[in-house]
Amino acid sequence: MISFFLWIGMSLGLLVLVCLYRAIQGPTIMDRIVSVSVIGTKTTVILLLIGFIYDRADMFIDISMGYAILNFIGTLAISKFFFSRKSIIPGSKHLKQGEASK
Amino acid sequence: MSILEIISILFILGGVFFFFTATVGLIRMPDYYCRMQATGKGDTLGAFLCLMGLAIYNLDGGLSFGTVLVSTKIMFIAIFIFIANPTATHAITKAGFDCSVKPWTKKKEVQQ
Repeated sequence: MISFFLWIGMSLGLLVLVCLYRAIQGPTIMDRIVSVSVIGTKTTVILLLIGFIYDRADMFIDISMGYAILNFIGTLAISKFFFSRKSIIPGSKHLKQGEASK
Repeated sequence: MSILEIISILFILGGVFFFFTATVGLIRMPDYYCRMQATGKGDTLGAFLCLMGLAIYNLDGGLSFGTVLVSTKIMFIAIFIFIANPTATHAITKAGFDCSVKPWTKKKEVQQ
């Protein structure tokens, strides 16, 4: 069962690396934010798997819970920052809904 | 191998499958909004299934106070992700819509 958890953790790590491509290469800032949020959700599961592999699940579960809450708060904070803007590009002119920029 | 371990293995494999589909959607979709609908659903269900599988596996060692407490905490994380992840997805999509990110259309691609 430990080796099964190890394989699952390795495959999730591989998926995190694939998600990191979108975080680096994303065309807009919002793509990068989404990618970081997805990586945070995978990290929550990976932390719990590490806890079960080391047989210390009661300790790692609190770290995982804190990571999940911080991921949610961070995404909400960034989206709140972008609510007050009119365009993604800083310093650009006021643009109407739907006719804007990449 | 007991029956609880087999059930937890099935749950975790299903969760990894949904994580995989969410990642494929994040890489392959053409637009920001399409990527949001791929990741917002697949990631939430994948995390929920993985955490439920781990909670069921933890109950395999007998019903003592420690294992029930750890399983309850894991289920709390699962329910929190099930509520918080769609909320974050909705907020970030609304922020992108307010920042006037242009939606992808097939027609525009033909004209160019």
